[in-house]
Amino acid sequence: MASRPLGLGETLLLGLAGLSSFIGLWSFLSLSGIVPAQFLPGPLDVASRFWTLLTAPFAGATLPAHLASSFQRYAYGVLLAAMIGIPLGLLMGFFRLLDDIVTPIFDGLRFIAPIAWVPFAALWFGTGVGGPIMIIFAGAFPPCLINAYRGARFVEPRLVEAARMLGTPSSRMILEVLLPAAVPSIIAGLRVSAGLGWQSLVGAELIVAAAGVGFMMVQAQGSVQTPTVMAGMIAIGLVGMLIDVLLRQGEGWLRRRRGLES
Amino acid sequence: MGSISFRNVDKVFGQGTGGVKALDDINLDIADKEFVAIVGPSGCGKTTCLRMVAGFEAASAGSVLVNGRPVTAPGPDRAVVFQQFALFPWKTVRENIELGLRNKNLPVGERSDLVASALKLMNLETHVDAFPHQLSGGMQQRVAIARAYVLDPEVLLMDEPFGALDAQTRVVMQEELVRLARHNPRTVLFITHAVEEAVYLADRVAIMTRRPGRIKEVLDIKAVREREKWDSHARIEDVMDLESFVHLRTHIWKSLREEKGFKDV
Repeated sequence: MASRPLGLGETLLLGLAGLSSFIGLWSFLSLSGIVPAQFLPGPLDVASRFWTLLTAPFAGATLPAHLASSFQRYAYGVLLAAMIGIPLGLLMGFFRLLDDIVTPIFDGLRFIAPIAWVPFAALWFGTGVGGPIMIIFAGAFPPCLINAYRGARFVEPRLVEAARMLGTPSSRMILEVLLPAAVPSIIAGLRVSAGLGWQSLVGAELIVAAAGVGFMMVQAQGSVQTPTVMAGMIAIGLVGMLIDVLLRQGEGWLRRRRGLES
Repeated sequence: MGSISFRNVDKVFGQGTGGVKALDDINLDIADKEFVAIVGPSGCGKTTCLRMVAGFEAASAGSVLVNGRPVTAPGPDRAVVFQQFALFPWKTVRENIELGLRNKNLPVGERSDLVASALKLMNLETHVDAFPHQLSGGMQQRVAIARAYVLDPEVLLMDEPFGALDAQTRVVMQEELVRLARHNPRTVLFITHAVEEAVYLADRVAIMTRRPGRIKEVLDIKAVREREKWDSHARIEDVMDLESFVHLRTHIWKSLREEKGFKDV
């Protein structure tokens, strides 16, 4: 079916319609008693719980405090993934030998879900700072590496030829040709990394013993406080959306500065 | 010094029975400070000739020499001007021109003097801090030419440099290149499929056959140009009107048309 493009107002309206029917269905299922409240808390219960958690501590901290410690952990994990993944990806894009050595290992490893690393993360890096960061790292690392690699590998051949003709040494070729050429791809990869890292959070915090949204949810689950679990889920969803919106803005700004459309 | 020699050069793309012979026994000598244009039908391998001098491709047989030494890799002694400009989009005009000089590890003061004179040469002074995407195609190609000239290369390799420009910009660039080439002569290998362009710019024109490309004929334009005083005419259209010019152009056209499968140009 052919369709005309929708205006901003219509798009917003459709979004609101979707959201309100979702909440409507949720209210119906929980309030009518079809699904018992322990299994599915009602939207109002969750909303009021969310509100309370903003100021009242649960499992040792308020929701914002839990989020803050989650975010710190998350930032370390994603930063580490970027700091290792981007340079390694660029080097693999330039040095064929390194590409041939690393790619087979990496192609196997990247299909292992971050949560599968939980036992080893705890064993190797402990349940304090290191373990959770490693799990977030496992989620965020592949897109950083793949996108830097692809960006460097598929740079316009003419530009590499021009640089070689100008006598550009390897280090400068990587820093001043491959890296800038790969920037749009790297930024796109960072966005995916940021999303996957944030998704790995709950898994990472399964093994945390102090604070964090995931930790809060695990504690609430232990005492069957389903509204608290769901408040945690909503917090994760909202922060994830916020991170994505901010990175999208950054990406758009960078592309416009570079003279690339959209 | 900057001479170029092709000695019995063959080029085969692919391997074994699937290989395609692109060049067949190319022999051509370009003297120091001589401007030679190669014309030929599309796919005849004329660009491959240039890419071998640049060091982007290796000959399958025979040898490609610059100043008597075989070419092994690309380098700033053989500056290339590409059809699609190949400017670095993230570098300003100045940074694009300066990269080759930085690679030579020249001191900052010397670099900025050389960049300034290259900018002046190509009338780019008012666009120093612009990014390539902010410039027209003609201006972008000026930057690419400045980037090549600033290296003071032994030979200048131009691969259909005006092919991506509109007709009017093209004429202006051709006139400027003639001005550059006559005042500051250097060895130039110029690839084009535009016959007029080749006759107007070059000292000699080499005509290639269709694939597998061979050198069919080499015409001495310079002798005619000097005898008929082409350079006394400032405008390209006046030169192109001269009987001697028309005669040479028609000769090349006929020669190209004899090539079976010749459609474009």
